[in-house]
Amino acid sequence: MPEIALTQAPAHVRMGSSIGQPLTRREGVLKTTGAARYAADHHPPGMAYAALAVSSIARGRVVALDVAAAKDHPGVIAVMTPANAPKLALDPDAKLHPFMFRLDVLQNDKVRYANQPIAVVVADTLEAATEGAALLAPRYETEPARVGLDGHERFAPQAVGAGRPAEESHGDVEAGLASASRRIETVYETPGQYHNAMEPHAIVAAWDGDTLTIDTPSQGMAFAQDRIAGLFGIEPTAVHIRSPFLGGGFGSKGLISGPQILGIMAARLVGRPVKLVLQRAQMYGPVGHRAPTRQTMRLGADDQGRLTALSHHVHTATSAFDDFVEPAATVSHALYASPAIRTSHEAVRIDTGTPLFMRAPGEAPGSAALESAIDEMAHASGMDPLRFRLANYADVEPISGNPFSSKALRQCYEQGAERFGWSRRPLAPRQMRDEAGMLVGWGMGTATFPAIMFEGHARAVLRRDGTGIVELGAHDMGQGAWTALAQIAADSLGLDLGRIEFRSGTSDLPDAGIAGGSAHTATAGMAIHGAGADVIARLADLATGDSRSPLFGAGNAGVIARGGRLFRRDNEAASESYADILSRAGRDVIEGHGSGRVDPAAQAAYAMHAHGAVFAEVKVDPDFGQVRVTRLVGAFAAGTIVNPHMVRSQYLGGMIWGVSFALHEQAVTDRRSGRVMNANLADYHVPVNADVPSIEAILVEERDIHVNALGIKGVGEIGVTGTAGAIANAVWHATGVRVRSFPITLDRLIEP
Amino acid sequence: MNRFEYIRPVTVSEAVAAGAAPGSTYLAAGTNLLDLMKGGVTRPVQLVDITRLPGLDRIEHLEDGGVRIGALVRNADLAHDPAFARRFPSIAEALLSGASAQLRNAATAGGNLLQRTRCAYFYDTASACNKRHPGAGCDAIGGDNRLHAILGWSEHCIATHPSDFCVPMTALDAVVEIEGPQGRRAIPLEQFHRLPGDNPERETVLDRGELITAIRLPPEAAAFAPHARYLKVRERTSYAFAVVSAAAALRFEGDVIAEARIALGSVALTPWRPRSAEATLAGARPDAAAFRHAADAALADARPSGDNAFKIELARRIVVRALTLAAAGTPARMPALPASPFAGVMTHA
Ligand SMILES: Cc1cc2nc3c(=O)[nH]c(=O)nc-3n(C[C@H](O)[C@H](O)[C@H](O)COP(=O)(O)OP(=O)(O)OC[C@H]3O[C@@H](n4cnc5c(N)ncnc54)[C@H](O)[C@@H]3O)c2cc1C
Ligand code: SF4
Repeated sequence: MPEIALTQAPAHVRMGSSIGQPLTRREGVLKTTGAARYAADHHPPGMAYAALAVSSIARGRVVALDVAAAKDHPGVIAVMTPANAPKLALDPDAKLHPFMFRLDVLQNDKVRYANQPIAVVVADTLEAATEGAALLAPRYETEPARVGLDGHERFAPQAVGAGRPAEESHGDVEAGLASASRRIETVYETPGQYHNAMEPHAIVAAWDGDTLTIDTPSQGMAFAQDRIAGLFGIEPTAVHIRSPFLGGGFGSKGLISGPQILGIMAARLVGRPVKLVLQRAQMYGPVGHRAPTRQTMRLGADDQGRLTALSHHVHTATSAFDDFVEPAATVSHALYASPAIRTSHEAVRIDTGTPLFMRAPGEAPGSAALESAIDEMAHASGMDPLRFRLANYADVEPISGNPFSSKALRQCYEQGAERFGWSRRPLAPRQMRDEAGMLVGWGMGTATFPAIMFEGHARAVLRRDGTGIVELGAHDMGQGAWTALAQIAADSLGLDLGRIEFRSGTSDLPDAGIAGGSAHTATAGMAIHGAGADVIARLADLATGDSRSPLFGAGNAGVIARGGRLFRRDNEAASESYADILSRAGRDVIEGHGSGRVDPAAQAAYAMHAHGAVFAEVKVDPDFGQVRVTRLVGAFAAGTIVNPHMVRSQYLGGMIWGVSFALHEQAVTDRRSGRVMNANLADYHVPVNADVPSIEAILVEERDIHVNALGIKGVGEIGVTGTAGAIANAVWHATGVRVRSFPITLDRLIEP
Repeated sequence: MNRFEYIRPVTVSEAVAAGAAPGSTYLAAGTNLLDLMKGGVTRPVQLVDITRLPGLDRIEHLEDGGVRIGALVRNADLAHDPAFARRFPSIAEALLSGASAQLRNAATAGGNLLQRTRCAYFYDTASACNKRHPGAGCDAIGGDNRLHAILGWSEHCIATHPSDFCVPMTALDAVVEIEGPQGRRAIPLEQFHRLPGDNPERETVLDRGELITAIRLPPEAAAFAPHARYLKVRERTSYAFAVVSAAAALRFEGDVIAEARIALGSVALTPWRPRSAEATLAGARPDAAAFRHAADAALADARPSGDNAFKIELARRIVVRALTLAAAGTPARMPALPASPFAGVMTHA
């Protein structure tokens, strides 16, 4: 194995005084008392309210809007339509790179999906704006909507997800299937899903000349700055974004959306600050979603239950005008050993808003299908599902043949199974009942998510009084960045948490990288770590080069930073406080900078993934098919755990989204109109507390010296994977009925 | 929002006078009405807020053994009234299975009766709906109608009435007390809601301006207390409308059933009382065959209105189970998951 420089943490920084501590959320009091200000809580002087009017058809043209009626409504200031919308410096339909998505910002009268913005009404009050929007009474020229996966021309996309090839393979799948002693071919369907963060997309935009200040929830402020700057023809540095707290994002706030741009345009049009907040129903269109999938799995296994071939084909949908293809099959390359694996994707174009990254994009639906198929193959092989998975345990990443940077999946299986009591599971389905006569089933799934990093930067400052500042434009979507990143910051400077000031959440600070792909703690954390190390290295230079210091001559690698002092590594009796070093040197501050990014050499040499094992117990009413998940145990290994408290929350939340995927979430689209008919939280079901009576997350120890110097993988999305499959498998084990269409609703379980 | 008048009368007669004006609508807790107004589904000219009317928020246990529930009694207050819950346990169970705690704290008894259907095409003003615009057509037909009606529907409307409260109330012969411009009257709840027929826009027998003042349960209703259950099958454990629900109440003489009451919810545009099914049980022993026979009778006229044939068999099974549970006896304490099939299940092994 190659030696990778990155594997060595800088010797003078001691980790562990803050990192690893289960601190409670530092902004918790602000949030529970309502003092935390979210974007829509801002009311700059002179602010006006904007309301969107959205299309009720999925395809066609707006031929008339009653602008006069809206304008006549008391309180209405302006009605923004394609006729008077401020001109943009860049065509919103331009696609200069794959992450530039086409936006609907009143560039013309075309309608390309239901709920597309077609006008914006600005008024003195929200009520007047809302009524003004209703008074527009649009008339349309309607074309038949293209809806659903069937009946449209399929095409092979150029890339899927964030740029993976649509087709990948190793080995000969057909030969592997031919040589198998047992084969299965099954088709799984997953529905369209919407992110549905609690906090709707909201923006308060204020122009001052060509300088723009906005309060808006963002998972990627630097990306947003660039996009806005390009559209309005200003410098990115003239765009000031404040996004200290998000009420959830789930991927839908990773890129600035059309409605947010419309808020900025409206502010320009009326020359006043403008607030625009989406209504819940308006979130079902212009801000992304997960496309439906139909996944065909073909598996072969030999007599020992070892896979001989695995083929995973995905049929999904994207919009008629842009490309995002749910990379649902790629998960099959990372998990189970097989001499031949082939994945492929094809898509259709339908009249929908462009799908986007959402809660474990690709992995979530892909894992639901893969874990179901593995369960079916285990059953066909007459093997316990855990034994079958162990028989196909991948010691190297199947697609690349690379070793894993670390992989404690065996321990996850062991600890999870032990805690759950898996060994008592009967092999055959429909064997267990509870005292009330409910069918009981146990199922499992393997969780996996790639450990990736983006690029991020941070700045650290040590002050003469021995306190520090660490700052970067990081994003807290509720996952706990304010806490976990501050812990890393404290350790990076060798200070107690109380001695540092941690600044984050605005675009004026160094770009911390996008908060997506479960990569934020690793990316921003490494940037912070680097910035702190930079400061400490400079500080150590001052001390070790100064004959008056007890550390004189110790050399950079020979000191340790802890509790506001530098210590000689070989003799901890010799030490000096930061304040003393600085004051002797006559320095007020020392500043350092750091960056976090992936090490290409490490990445080429190792496969990097987090892993987990999820065990589910469900109870199913034998007559009604109503399902309840009564127990969930997940055991996850994801490298260094910066804050066990926050990480456990992420796992629990992820698993609950897995319950949601398995049993609840589903956009119901009218097959004639292409409209989502359950665009509200009463009808678009997600789990409530009673749906998750007992849920546990086990934090399995794992040390990874290759992913990055801190050993951090991601924990945000992995909980969704594995869980949906585990529940589907448990439902089968309870009932003997294999439902291959998600969500598993009771009508599918009722036998006539 | 649309401009409208808002008035808050302090006497019933004032309220009725105002409520009779064209475009006038009563506002109780607003948990349904305000949503409809925000969505532009209804656009009243005048809201008559009835929440300050005196005396309508009382639960009166009457001397004859019946009870009068004021129209403004909150769902939660009614369910948690100890005497009420003891005497009418299936109604308390139904109330507690509805909506969420927050909504139950607000929603009123009268408003629950008059809540509108949850048909998505009714809420969506871009869809054709005969209830919103008589004669416009019904987009639920041929659309997403998995949860629509299986009984009593017409080709003009296939929606359901979603109330839980109304189901055991109908089974137990509740009577709606009304005050209107023409005076007072009382109508059995069973006849209060209307099936769609040719006029799905006419949802109840109320005339313009008529105000529900109370809902009364007769003394006989309490006789079922030892054997009365409500059962609600839904797509998540709590905070969801019923796919199908049923109330069952039995009165025994010795070990035979003297009288049975059955009502179904979310199967039709009214709470559904299958009296012919009840009749099959009079004098019967409480066994599986008798219950299945009753369930078959209850669903004899059912037919799918779309992709919802599963609801027919589901409804039969729910009737059987509700009767079985009622026969087994009302639990001494309200289950932690009221009306749920999982009500009797420990969550943890
Ligand atoms: C998310 C959600 C989930 C829900 N889930 C359930 C459920 O599971 N089960 C269930 O049964 N219900 C459920 N409901 C419905 C809820 O029970 C009703 O909204 C509530 O009972 C209505 O009462 P209200 O006092 O708020 O009525 P309002 O909304 O004020 O009024 C409703 C209608 O009744 C009329 N009205 C009210 N009082 C009178 C009166 N005294 N005389 C004449 N007319 C009157 C009003 O004019 C209006 O048309 C749910 C509602 C929501 C929003
Ligand atoms: S079923 Fe009834 S309520 Fe629903 S759209 Fe048709 S007419 Fe309207």
